Amino acid sequence: MAIVSMKKLQICAMKKNRKAVLEMLQSMGVVEIETESPEEGVFKKMNTTTPRTQLDKHVQNTDNALEILNTYVPEKKGFLSSLEGKREITKDEIDRINKIHHQVNRKVYKILDIEKEINACDADIAKFEASIEELVPWLNMDIPINTVETKKTKVFIGSVGPEYTEESIYEALETKVPDLSGYTVQVISRDKDATCIVCFCINEEAEDFSDALRSIGYTRISSFSHRTPADRIQKFRNEIAEREEKKKEAISKLEEFNEERKNLEILSDYYTIRSDKYKVLGGLLQSESTFLITGYIPARDEERITKALNEKFDLLLEITDVPEDETPPIGLSNNKFFSAGEGVLTSFGLPGKKEFDPTAAMTICYIILFGLMLSDAAYGFIVFLACFIVLNKYKKMGEGLKKTLSLFMYCGLSTLFWGVLFGGYFGDLVTVVSRVFFHKEVTIKPLWFAPLDDPMKMLIVSLCIGLLHLFFGLALKGYMCIRDKDFVGLISDVVSWFMLIIGLVMMLMPTTLFESISSMSFSFSPMVKNISYGLAIGGAVIIFLMSGRSNKNPVVRLALGLYDLYNITGWLSDLLSYSRLLALGLATGVIAQVINQMGSMMGDSVFGVIVFILVFIIGHTFNMAINLLGAYVHTCRLQYVEFFGKFYEGGGREFTPFMEKTKYVEIKEKN
Amino acid sequence: MTMGTVLALLGASLAVILAGMGSAFGVAVAGQAASGVVSEDPNQFAKVLILQLLPGTQGIYGLLVGFIALSKIGILGGSPAELSLQTGLMVLAACLPIAVVGLVSGRNQGKTAVSAIGIVAKKPDQFGKAMLFPAMVETYAILALLVSILAVNGIPV
Repeated sequence: MAIVSMKKLQICAMKKNRKAVLEMLQSMGVVEIETESPEEGVFKKMNTTTPRTQLDKHVQNTDNALEILNTYVPEKKGFLSSLEGKREITKDEIDRINKIHHQVNRKVYKILDIEKEINACDADIAKFEASIEELVPWLNMDIPINTVETKKTKVFIGSVGPEYTEESIYEALETKVPDLSGYTVQVISRDKDATCIVCFCINEEAEDFSDALRSIGYTRISSFSHRTPADRIQKFRNEIAEREEKKKEAISKLEEFNEERKNLEILSDYYTIRSDKYKVLGGLLQSESTFLITGYIPARDEERITKALNEKFDLLLEITDVPEDETPPIGLSNNKFFSAGEGVLTSFGLPGKKEFDPTAAMTICYIILFGLMLSDAAYGFIVFLACFIVLNKYKKMGEGLKKTLSLFMYCGLSTLFWGVLFGGYFGDLVTVVSRVFFHKEVTIKPLWFAPLDDPMKMLIVSLCIGLLHLFFGLALKGYMCIRDKDFVGLISDVVSWFMLIIGLVMMLMPTTLFESISSMSFSFSPMVKNISYGLAIGGAVIIFLMSGRSNKNPVVRLALGLYDLYNITGWLSDLLSYSRLLALGLATGVIAQVINQMGSMMGDSVFGVIVFILVFIIGHTFNMAINLLGAYVHTCRLQYVEFFGKFYEGGGREFTPFMEKTKYVEIKEKN
Repeated sequence: MTMGTVLALLGASLAVILAGMGSAFGVAVAGQAASGVVSEDPNQFAKVLILQLLPGTQGIYGLLVGFIALSKIGILGGSPAELSLQTGLMVLAACLPIAVVGLVSGRNQGKTAVSAIGIVAKKPDQFGKAMLFPAMVETYAILALLVSILAVNGIPV
């Protein structure tokens, strides 16, 4: 439960070493380098845009090439291969690629060229297919397409509107040009788009005939060829086959590059690392012969980096405490168990400057509340088992995913715990199965009580847990006050609220209202009653007087105090919000029961058992998925809104050290 | 079959129907927005899926109350109780909170989820905060669910 303590680092060294120094810092990956400092005096920044753009382009090309390989020559991968994490390589591998990166890069271009070839083939094929489509209606015509005349006639090949048949064309022509006689019209085909026709007309009458034909909407066929349509289609088919062949050849050429895949992956990361280096280099202040690096470094790495740098270079290295007016970046450091919750915290916000790291406190609450919401022993065990197996099988998965999965593994255990307390095992599976298939009612008794039988009790339990959770948050605020020695704040913002809320709760407990809800009756002695009045009134008075203490004007101060007192409604709504523990817990249980009931409807027979198993698998998978989602979302909400609302604001900046950020491989230091 | 039983059945149906309608609408609009995001950036699939599913819970709450009501009036067991008119009306009234609030909050949570999906599209790392806004709307569905459950449970049959 801690924030990594940061130190400020300043390096001044000879310019000739700048790349070597940066490379060393990059491979150690523990320094966050400041790149936004303004230029001043002799210190100028260097423009590194050109090499960076170049390198970024290389990265993009290499990634494209890998993508192409994956499309055409896919690698066999397991179902969960995305969990396997990055492949580990040694430093030597990177050095090897460094020497031959031009050669490997040429292969990238070759792959890109082959893809262009494939794309060209695809485009041609599409074009030819479209042309074939156009010619299909003409298939029955056995003269060349570009025929325009015979010895004594003119030939018209083309189409008219789909409404025309051979007779109606003759009729139409008859009315337009009744004195013509030397022509024939033949319909080749007719579909919903057009009627394809071939007409012959003797040379002397051709002109009039042509006009008449045009007036009924005739257009000439658009393709030109000295072949008949059938021949031409055949020719296109041949072309397509040829392109397919060519494409196949290109793909088989790609297969030869399959072995290069590993090199390409390293190459992409190699270029990325170099590009990052240039990016930082462009942000450094440099004079004619020296350069400056300023940045932050975790205190625990101070010695290691001092030793490494001084051993190799002549430079001035200064590591100091972070000055008061600067806000250092935040790194979290928790033990293995608590670090599971870091992801949840980070998505809310890292601790601000004056705050502490609440990960440990939050993780525990998260696990408890999550279990309460899911609250089915069998579901909990499945979640636990699934996370446990994946975590152990894929040890190299990414850090963030690992944390999330361990969190859910613990949440699964907690669900198991609450499930046993509340007696939920796939809902009431045991009862239903024993009743329907074995004709003997067997029930696993809950260790504590079944919420469905006594929802009021569960509501009280939920609200009590909520009150504890909120008090815990308030106590953490008190911890911060004590840490900062702000005792006035402790009394007026923390103790006062404790007094007021505890007083109010004690006043509520003996009332009939509370008794009717919880069916528990308390009777306090007058002494205890007086104490509760005292606590509530005392707390309220402190809040009224002290809450607006930052304001000098006494009237405004009291007004602010009064307003803060109004926050009691906030406490009420926060507390009621925990009723979702009951609602979500019941939702899991009741839907599970519905599923069991549906499954058992077919009764005790072979068919019934099959139906039951099917409904069981589908139904419970669905129920578990939807309730896992619900538990995840609402636990987050209880943490973020209710719990953090009491003491935590966040707003810290994440520590992002200058390091080798890779996509495919992980570089192992030589030992 | 008495009029009371019919009214109680109507209540159970309304809880399922109205809350389900709210969820169906909410999940649908959120799903449309989510599809847009995934078409641009398939990596965000898991995040937007979670956001899309958030308005889906009202339907489940409705089912929950519907189921409790059905088992209360004995329809699930196959032997419906002969309810008096008053008791039937009471069950109907008890089902109304989750029915109406489920419809309204499901619809509106869907709209909020659409905006939250917008956040994820622009700033995927702000997912935690984006998730909170639709979750806020759900609070009222949960409160309604609570009252419905307690009321149905408390009615003597």
